Amino acid sequence: MDTSAPTPAAGTPPRPAAGPAPRTETLNIEGMTCASCSNFVEKALRRTPGVVQATVNLAAEKATVEYAPDQIDHAGLKAAVEQAGYRVFEPQAPAAPNVLAADEELAERKAQACHDLKRRFQVAVGLAVVIMPLSMLMLWPALMARISMPLLNYGLLLLTLPVLLYSGREFYVSAWNGLRHRTASMDTLIAVGTGAAFLYSLAATVAPGFFQRHGLAPDVYYDTTATIIALILLGKVLESRAKAKTSAAIKALIGLQAKTARVVRNGQEVDVPLEQVRPGDEVLVRPGEKVATDGIILEGRSALDESMLTGESLPVDKSVGDAVFGATINKTGAFRFRVSQVGTNTVLAQIVKLVEDAQGSRAPIQRLADKVSAVFVPVVIMLALATFVVWFDVADPARRLPLALTSFVSVLIIACPCALGLATPTAIMVGTGLGASHGVLIRNAEALEKAYQVDTVLLDKTGTITKGEPEVTEFITAAGTEAPALLPLLAAVERRSEHPLAAALVRYAGQQQSEAPTGPAEATDFVAHQGRGAGATVAGQTVLIGNRRLLEENGITLSSELEQAATGLLAQARTVLYAATNGRAVALVGVADTVRDTSAAAIHQLQSQGLEVVMMTGDNYQTAEKVARQVGITRFFAEVLPADKASKVQELQAEGRTVAMVGDGINDAPALARADLGLAMGGGTDVAMEAAGITLMRSDLQGVVTAIALSRQTVRTIRQNLFFAFVYNTLGIPIAAGLLYPFTGWLLSPMLAAAAMALSSVSVLTNSLRLRGFKVQ
Amino acid sequence: MDTSQIIVTLLGTGLIGLVGWFFFAAPHRTATAVAGSGGMQQVDIKVKGGYSPDTIEVQQGQPVQLNFYRDETASCSEELLLPDFGIRRELPAFQTTTIELRPDKAGTYPFTCGMGMLRGSLVVK
Repeated sequence: MDTSAPTPAAGTPPRPAAGPAPRTETLNIEGMTCASCSNFVEKALRRTPGVVQATVNLAAEKATVEYAPDQIDHAGLKAAVEQAGYRVFEPQAPAAPNVLAADEELAERKAQACHDLKRRFQVAVGLAVVIMPLSMLMLWPALMARISMPLLNYGLLLLTLPVLLYSGREFYVSAWNGLRHRTASMDTLIAVGTGAAFLYSLAATVAPGFFQRHGLAPDVYYDTTATIIALILLGKVLESRAKAKTSAAIKALIGLQAKTARVVRNGQEVDVPLEQVRPGDEVLVRPGEKVATDGIILEGRSALDESMLTGESLPVDKSVGDAVFGATINKTGAFRFRVSQVGTNTVLAQIVKLVEDAQGSRAPIQRLADKVSAVFVPVVIMLALATFVVWFDVADPARRLPLALTSFVSVLIIACPCALGLATPTAIMVGTGLGASHGVLIRNAEALEKAYQVDTVLLDKTGTITKGEPEVTEFITAAGTEAPALLPLLAAVERRSEHPLAAALVRYAGQQQSEAPTGPAEATDFVAHQGRGAGATVAGQTVLIGNRRLLEENGITLSSELEQAATGLLAQARTVLYAATNGRAVALVGVADTVRDTSAAAIHQLQSQGLEVVMMTGDNYQTAEKVARQVGITRFFAEVLPADKASKVQELQAEGRTVAMVGDGINDAPALARADLGLAMGGGTDVAMEAAGITLMRSDLQGVVTAIALSRQTVRTIRQNLFFAFVYNTLGIPIAAGLLYPFTGWLLSPMLAAAAMALSSVSVLTNSLRLRGFKVQ
Repeated sequence: MDTSQIIVTLLGTGLIGLVGWFFFAAPHRTATAVAGSGGMQQVDIKVKGGYSPDTIEVQQGQPVQLNFYRDETASCSEELLLPDFGIRRELPAFQTTTIELRPDKAGTYPFTCGMGMLRGSLVVK
């Protein structure tokens, strides 16, 4: 079968005037067997009213149709194709495409290929173990005297043929296909190497007289041919096993997905396949069950094991209004949730996508290996030819042909571009997969390398060192101001703000509600003052709430009484919110953000890895210092405005540091992007994750330790692999060429070369798989 | 040097030259994407011991659909990498694997097999 280029459109009919923008849809067409069929379908579609443009691709069996949605729809297009005598294949459940569904067919084909490979290997080994001893009969002259040499050679030829034509067939076919495209791969090397040995032996078998007339022994190399093929197949079998393991982590992730969900439909609980679950459905989850997809809890409470997504081993308590994620396990209680995301939009699917993307990325460190492997095979063939010529010219006439031939074959066989090619990607696959199972999502190979180079970690205090959920600890009003009356006004302003401090005040106001008889007030003219606070008009009063600078900028001074209270709060490392109504300072709100239990230990671990940890916060100097001291940080930036975060990163970079920035909020995105490596904390915003090289699903600093340690270990593995691959090839090829022969008498037999080659790629893979034993101390 | 040595030397040197010329001076088979409807640029690529065509020209900023048809079982071509777009895809034998991407920046982006020996490039103009 050949591929046909999609037929270019011949003359576009005028677009329908006005009306909605044309829509494009791809249809899977079945039943097309030739180019004329595809032309026919194309014409049929183009003639259909409402179709602006249609292109049919025979190879892909797809029609891409641009149409005016107000004139025709999917069903109409389908009808047009069917009228032309072809079918439209409808993928099941098109509304919720499930990329996670393991491609069964692909897996089946792979299993089949693996099975074939094993059988070809077994045949090669079975025959090689017979061929080997038969070839060594000449070691027993007494025995040789009784056997006819030509007969033995023909016997060996018969035994070798199946190895060549069945077990090794793929090498020759692939080499031939490559030659037609003027490309060469490792198959070319194997094909040329074993082919040369075989053809020489064939000549010696069929026409031994010719060799003898020229003073040469008609030696045969059937054992070499068969053993090389057997060994290389062994390498391939081991390689395919190891390769399957490198992607095991992502397969495990995909396998986590639930198959069915218990959906409430028309008041009835029904188990439906996951593909049929739609956003908005209500799903019931019992204790011990897997959460089917992402959603928000409507009723009930429970503890959920989210370790598969976040790496957090402790179950997380969830209740009404909290988000739950597909593939997590419900531990204790039963609950009902409303589906918010299905298919490719779920957190699990996004993790899988991210890991897959990372595994497809190319590490900068790989560049040299890429350049080498691009020219590797032709260069090796040229070297092998040169080896042949040199040996033929310098060795003594009786031995020159066998020496030249075996060295030629050895050079071809020992050269292993695979080790070079596998060195980086396999380590990246294992590293990123492992990261995902620890709740560390690595965006690409470049991020891995950056993490290796990082020497300074800049932490945005809120949400990383601290929980990022500050609580109101004090509410102090000025003389003559009633807290119950003021609180609803402040809450009304803060309800409009997205700042975590605002949320704390709103929560606090909610808790005090019983004491505030007034109903919820409405804020108008809301203005957010970046990094300072917010203001609005509530119930006819101008309300300002924010930091001290906000008040100062508005020319509001504090009374001495409030001033004193503020000093007291700051001394206790509280963040202080200043509230003013109608231009008068009326209250102070003391807010504290609690340090996570794990922060100090994690920071200590980072420091013991030789990293300098620097903290950055919008808080005042006293608060910053207190928190820094609490977690063991000596250097920090206080009172940093959100807009200045990126410049702090730059400041550190100017000191010659390679900076990793850890943050979680939208306002961290520029700093994350500016840093050499950005780490976005879990529960963070999508914007932050977009800008980050590494996303941490778990919201604590332990994830940073894991991420950096894992990245370093992965890059170390890549370096080991590349070192091994380069050294292997640069040493192996000269030795195989016989460079040591004049000095030591060493000559590498082609069979040993094959063993070395088979083991080289396997050892690179094994080294990558060693990463799976990675543990964070 | 006897006659056979001279012959082998000449032949060998000639072959070395031939190999160099054959692989390094190989002409590129360039294909320009066919802009389908809706701006989707489509290119069909056959994978058999190499990529044909191996140089694919597409327009910047418009979605591109690359249809890789793998016409062999040889394991060398089983993986396809397009590193600049973070794409690593397995190409099942005798099937078309469609890869969609959107090149936003002009440039030449290589695509290779899993081990980097079969190569092609996506030229974004």
